[in-house]
Amino acid sequence: MAETKVLEKKESGLTFGKAERKLLTDPLDSNNPITVQVLGICSALAVTTLVSKAFVMAIAVMFVLAFSNLLTSFLRNSIPKQVRMIVQLVIIAALVTVVELTLKAVNYPIFKELSVFIGLIITNCIIMGRLEAYAMSNRPWRSFLDGIGNGLGYGIILIIVAVIREFFGKGALGGFKIFGPGVDFLVDTSAISWLSWYAPNNLMVLFPSAMFVIGILIWIHRSWNPSLVDIS
Amino acid sequence: MELVNIFIKSAFIENLALAYFLGMCSYLAVSKTVKTAFGLGLAVIFVLGITMPINWVIENYLLADTGPFGTDLTFLRLILFIAVIASMVQLVEMVIEKVSPPLYNSLGIFLPLITVNCAILGGSLFMVSKEYNLSESIAFGLGGGFGWFLAIIAIAAIREKIIYSDVPPALRGLGMAFILTGLMGMAFMSLMGIDPSAI
Repeated sequence: MAETKVLEKKESGLTFGKAERKLLTDPLDSNNPITVQVLGICSALAVTTLVSKAFVMAIAVMFVLAFSNLLTSFLRNSIPKQVRMIVQLVIIAALVTVVELTLKAVNYPIFKELSVFIGLIITNCIIMGRLEAYAMSNRPWRSFLDGIGNGLGYGIILIIVAVIREFFGKGALGGFKIFGPGVDFLVDTSAISWLSWYAPNNLMVLFPSAMFVIGILIWIHRSWNPSLVDIS
Repeated sequence: MELVNIFIKSAFIENLALAYFLGMCSYLAVSKTVKTAFGLGLAVIFVLGITMPINWVIENYLLADTGPFGTDLTFLRLILFIAVIASMVQLVEMVIEKVSPPLYNSLGIFLPLITVNCAILGGSLFMVSKEYNLSESIAFGLGGGFGWFLAIIAIAAIREKIIYSDVPPALRGLGMAFILTGLMGMAFMSLMGIDPSAI
């Protein structure tokens, strides 16, 4: 008994080896939450109209994901199987409330823009999915890293989609106008004709374009990594 | 008449799936065949119709500053709403299992999925931000559920047919489902801005 305890301690130490690095890098490519696991699509569609919104959302999700993984992993042996969904949801909801109130205090305009979608992090399937698939059966430190890794994989896709949508939809990046009519930031875009030829495409700001962009991203990702192609 | 307007508006004009893109995870995962899509769609209508009035009562009689605690408790909204949804889903599952085993067999596996369907929580949050009263929120819940039901049946039917088309291998399945949903969303966008009470 005593021996197994010592062993456990050694394994659960805060080491960072090959397996741990894999936890961080896998979700970026071959196990990406959005393009491969198809989790957390709703928020990915709604908040990607502006890069700044996508960035805040990515950070919020990463925070909730990492800490809910950590907490669930600590509690995993004392949660009864029948009510585990409710216990997990309460953990997630508490963390989301923390994020919501923090964001409200720190940056109210962004909070207003994200509106219900911060609350909807609770039902973001990435979080439930990772809790069920990973945190319920793994040690806290690794679960934490898994949360960070999946948060990164989610955030990267979110930001790629947001860059594409903001660039073509508003001719801007991160709020600075770089294309199309209008005067801003570095150069006077209305004076230099080759910068003002582009008329912002409103479709890119609307919901359906996010579907097209993610669909095309999946296409690119799968042609790149043919092992992901689904046969059905 | 007012209630019928809200029903039509939430089902077609502000469709939860195709105008707000809520509940996309289960929408994409369970739409491979019409039969399973039908089951999930029915379960969503059912749960939305039940949780919406309960959450309305919680919001207006428990959390509002006129409630029994006398203070503004709206910061507990998320936790309470999701707890109501999770426990209602569990309850509905148990009741259906007792009352109608055939229905349970066709719905059974989809019910737990619904807890994390953001259309349900999103619907409740929209109900709060739109300040509906009790009967309006029931109409909104049923209408929203019906709209979601229509959307998932439509995509499932298209996906059943598209198997026979010559889609590039890397785009097959998931990629195509995304692009199809985008096209359906564009079609539904043409309904946006219509005011049913004016017709």
